Amino acid sequence: MRYLPLTDTDRTAMLDAVGAPSIDALFADVPADLYLNGPVEGLPLHATEMAVEKHMRTLSKKNLAAADAPFFIGAGAYRHHVPASVDHLIQRGEFLTAYTPYQPEIAQGTLQMLFEFQTQVARLYGCAVANASMYDGSTACWEAVAMASRVTRKSRVVLSGALHPHYAEVVRTMAKFTEDEIAGSAPSLTSLPDDDGLIARIDENTASVVVQYPDILGRIPDLQKIADAAHEKGAKLIVVNTEPVALGALEAPGNLGADIVVGEGQALGVGLQFGGPYLGLFAITDPKLVRQMPGRLCGETVDADGKRGFVLTLSTREQHIRREKATSNICTNSGLCALAFSVHMTLLGAKGITGLAAENHRLACIAADRLAKVPGATVLNEHFFNEFTLMLDVDARQIVRDLADKGVLGGVGLGKLFPDIDGLKGGLLVTVTETVSPEDIETLATTLEEVLP
Amino acid sequence: MARYFTEEHEWIEVDGDTAIIGITDYAQEQLGDVVFVEVPQTGTEFTKGAEAAVVESVKAASDVYAPIGGTVIEGNAALEGEPELVNTAPEAEGWFFKLTLADKDELEGLMNAKAYQAFCDSL
Amino acid sequence: MNQINQSGWKPGTPVASIDGEAHPTVTGNKALILEEALIFEIGGADTCGVDLPETPTDLPSRIGTFARQGEIGLPGLSEPQTVRHYTRLSRQNYGIDLGFFPLGSCTMKHNPRLNEKVARMPGFLDVHPMQPIDTVQGALGVIDELSHWLITLTGMQAVAMSPKAGAHGELCGILCIRAALEARGDARKVVLVPESAHGTNPATAAFAGYATEDIPANADGRVDLDALKARLGPDVAAVMITNPNTCGLFERDMKAISDAVHEAGGLVYCDGANFNAIMGRVRPGDLGIDAMHINLHKTFSTPHGGGGPGSGPVVLSDALAPFAPLPFVEKTEDGSLRIVEEENMEDHHASTFGRMTAFHGQMGMFTRALTYILSHGADGLRQAAGDAVLNANYILRQLEDVLHAPFGPSGPCMHEALFGDAGFAEGFSTLDLAKGLIDEGFHPMTMYFPLVVHGAMLIEPTETESKDGIDQFIMAMRSLAQRAKDGDEALLSAPHHAPRARLDEAHAARKPRLAWSEPEE
Repeated sequence: MRYLPLTDTDRTAMLDAVGAPSIDALFADVPADLYLNGPVEGLPLHATEMAVEKHMRTLSKKNLAAADAPFFIGAGAYRHHVPASVDHLIQRGEFLTAYTPYQPEIAQGTLQMLFEFQTQVARLYGCAVANASMYDGSTACWEAVAMASRVTRKSRVVLSGALHPHYAEVVRTMAKFTEDEIAGSAPSLTSLPDDDGLIARIDENTASVVVQYPDILGRIPDLQKIADAAHEKGAKLIVVNTEPVALGALEAPGNLGADIVVGEGQALGVGLQFGGPYLGLFAITDPKLVRQMPGRLCGETVDADGKRGFVLTLSTREQHIRREKATSNICTNSGLCALAFSVHMTLLGAKGITGLAAENHRLACIAADRLAKVPGATVLNEHFFNEFTLMLDVDARQIVRDLADKGVLGGVGLGKLFPDIDGLKGGLLVTVTETVSPEDIETLATTLEEVLP
Repeated sequence: MARYFTEEHEWIEVDGDTAIIGITDYAQEQLGDVVFVEVPQTGTEFTKGAEAAVVESVKAASDVYAPIGGTVIEGNAALEGEPELVNTAPEAEGWFFKLTLADKDELEGLMNAKAYQAFCDSL
Repeated sequence: MNQINQSGWKPGTPVASIDGEAHPTVTGNKALILEEALIFEIGGADTCGVDLPETPTDLPSRIGTFARQGEIGLPGLSEPQTVRHYTRLSRQNYGIDLGFFPLGSCTMKHNPRLNEKVARMPGFLDVHPMQPIDTVQGALGVIDELSHWLITLTGMQAVAMSPKAGAHGELCGILCIRAALEARGDARKVVLVPESAHGTNPATAAFAGYATEDIPANADGRVDLDALKARLGPDVAAVMITNPNTCGLFERDMKAISDAVHEAGGLVYCDGANFNAIMGRVRPGDLGIDAMHINLHKTFSTPHGGGGPGSGPVVLSDALAPFAPLPFVEKTEDGSLRIVEEENMEDHHASTFGRMTAFHGQMGMFTRALTYILSHGADGLRQAAGDAVLNANYILRQLEDVLHAPFGPSGPCMHEALFGDAGFAEGFSTLDLAKGLIDEGFHPMTMYFPLVVHGAMLIEPTETESKDGIDQFIMAMRSLAQRAKDGDEALLSAPHHAPRARLDEAHAARKPRLAWSEPEE
């Protein structure tokens, strides 16, 4: 078997050295009635590489890849062009098959990369410190809520209605077990986000206010205004960003009063991958709160010869030391995805991400103008970056299915995101990145005209 | 002024109604290089045995308990910039916090220097 | 041409020593190991390694007043500089591809490259989680097929696929348990955890609102069944057991433990980090457990990637299956697959405890793990477990005469061998031995875990090591053990040959510097 180096000669010699008659004898501690005498039944036996590849390829061909259709889906995961060198670099065995850098002398590759990554995230978000990644944006959002409750010693959490519903559900689920009180609401169907409505829900007992930027309908909330209102009541502002490319055009949340900024880094370097693995980003503006942060942190230091080096630090907050008093139970994070993000971000730099953002917005504006001309469709948003809501007179989910039948992946029906809110069902969330061509936009528009009643 | 010791390796120096509390030389040696100390805020009230402070080294974070009950009047601000004081002067400048005693009877049962030394020798 | 090696030299043969330190270089480079600065010190705001279309700057914008002011402060590098930067960094890293990585309880086995090829097939890589169901039947098919394997291998009844890593899976299992107990009106407050458990166990239980208490071990390194039975009662919600345990030993009384817990009204969570020892030979379901997380990045060969991503699906008993989190994959009446989430859960799934993550889980790890599982098949997986256990026992017996092996006399170990520092010279620790091991070309084993053995060294070779490779490791360990017992001072300042000498961790923690900033003038 190709992954097993031991030969029968080796096994015999080793059993001899160990003084056991067989490998089964080494399992003597397993009660005899519980020890299986042969391979588990009901499962196939080993297969050649060729056979496995063929089997998996057949499964992969049953999926419609985004490259094979005009593609306008976003809603928390974004399709961007990932430069070819990113994938080559993350497949270097020294990155791919390395472990968590607990032995820093032979892990400076991972550690220096993490230090660069932390700095890139902090700067993109306008923050002082970022951690070395979390599982994804939704769990990072929950961790931010938990941190804000710890720091303020309060337990009421106000969620913006226009927060990604999966993120809100994760927060609600986790809060059931920590007894934080979650005050959510439905998203308003207005051209501007309902910042005043959100502000009105903040009170003295509020630990944190969670706002998505841009929001789930693609609109852009006034973060500074919300931050001021939150701080006045002694609450922290948590800003959630699911599309990091947006920050190449929009002001950084950390510069607009956010206390904790979390988000999804998938858009850069990582790829869609049907939902995972993704990349949670977590950053804070006040460096004094660093010991309350969850997740791993990489810091700069020197070695015994005086050379600069990097190590994981402030580990005493983490599960393997603090155990039941840890700031979180997270152990594994998303290291390889952080590397992919960092390589992509290094290739882009400030100039590149600004240019990429401008191109996204340009195409999104073209799409919005063209789709607004489709009979029965209006663009809801006053402002957007690369994602906006198109209002139709029918349930957009059916339209999405009809478009797919014609080979167009036209977006996400809001009814899929908010199944309990009738008023939103006519909304179609349309996302336009640099991977979309003007021809794709025209195809979406004409196909939409065909399928709309 | 009298100095007492606990089995959790804290020392407490009593002067009338106030006391200063820290950890012993034995404790700092066990911990290794101290990197951070979280001292309680002024005004916090403790019962005897409550978690009062946290002392962090690179590899461990240990709780420090209030050897007697009382109200905190001062946390050692010097430890914020120089946590290493706990290693270099644990029973002097590396003190953790001062408090006013709630009940002097709680000092019963704490060890004196000689008893504490014997206790450490037995470990 | 393959000439016979006439000199008889082979790696490890002593040569006349050449002290590299006596020959400093002006660049600080040492031949193939190159020093590399930070991107902030190399790149610039005007450099870019990506060609973008020329977007006119005077276009009408729908961004409103929210445009970014000021510099972002992120440097760019050209493509050649980027490739060099990360290539140089990679060469300062140890990985499984390079050599033996015997981290106990981490199962650092070979990461097959077929996994990487399959994960990158466009139909897997370039598919959005919110595409219409008809356009992703293949992806759902992968999840379905992998679920079937995990359930059948473990002898359980259901599986929650969405947890993102092992610790996340633990949380999922404990929250299912909490939901199940609350549904029967019997919320309990305490979870019991062996002293030898991994730190995620009590951290998870605390996060879920439980108080944790230790279960003592007996002299045999296993859970003390009598002590456990004495503690069980109406306030104990669950026990969290690792089997094989973190000392590398099979919990012989596992079935009795499960029975006792169930009888007392509690539930059993099994930490599946060590499943590599028993896969294909023992089914945890037969041991009476209610939930177990599986680390795809340990047992099923998905890459560790320098710290992640992982994937932690949780197999569940019938008692816990109704409470599994959303979303999950289900077969419909017409045979097609669908994802059950908030939109379509209706009443059948009302007892789910909620959602743990956006979207559906670590699909990229599912394709890799399924590829590996299909390659091995039921017989290969069984053989892999056997070889893993054989390799660990071989190491145990070849080292127990020079290194303290606290459970050596009690019988065979499972997939990992546990040693301690008894007998080391005064002032010499497990850490020093480990740093010496780095110089010998190996990644150190897990150190100071489990906490129950002083100076613990937990060595897990896995099945993907050759006998020659293991023999070389044994040779190095015998030498280091002797040096630690003799008090060889050179160990105290090891490693001497790594890209960096020992790093000052106290300094890093006292004055945390967690992001780069422009140097002061």
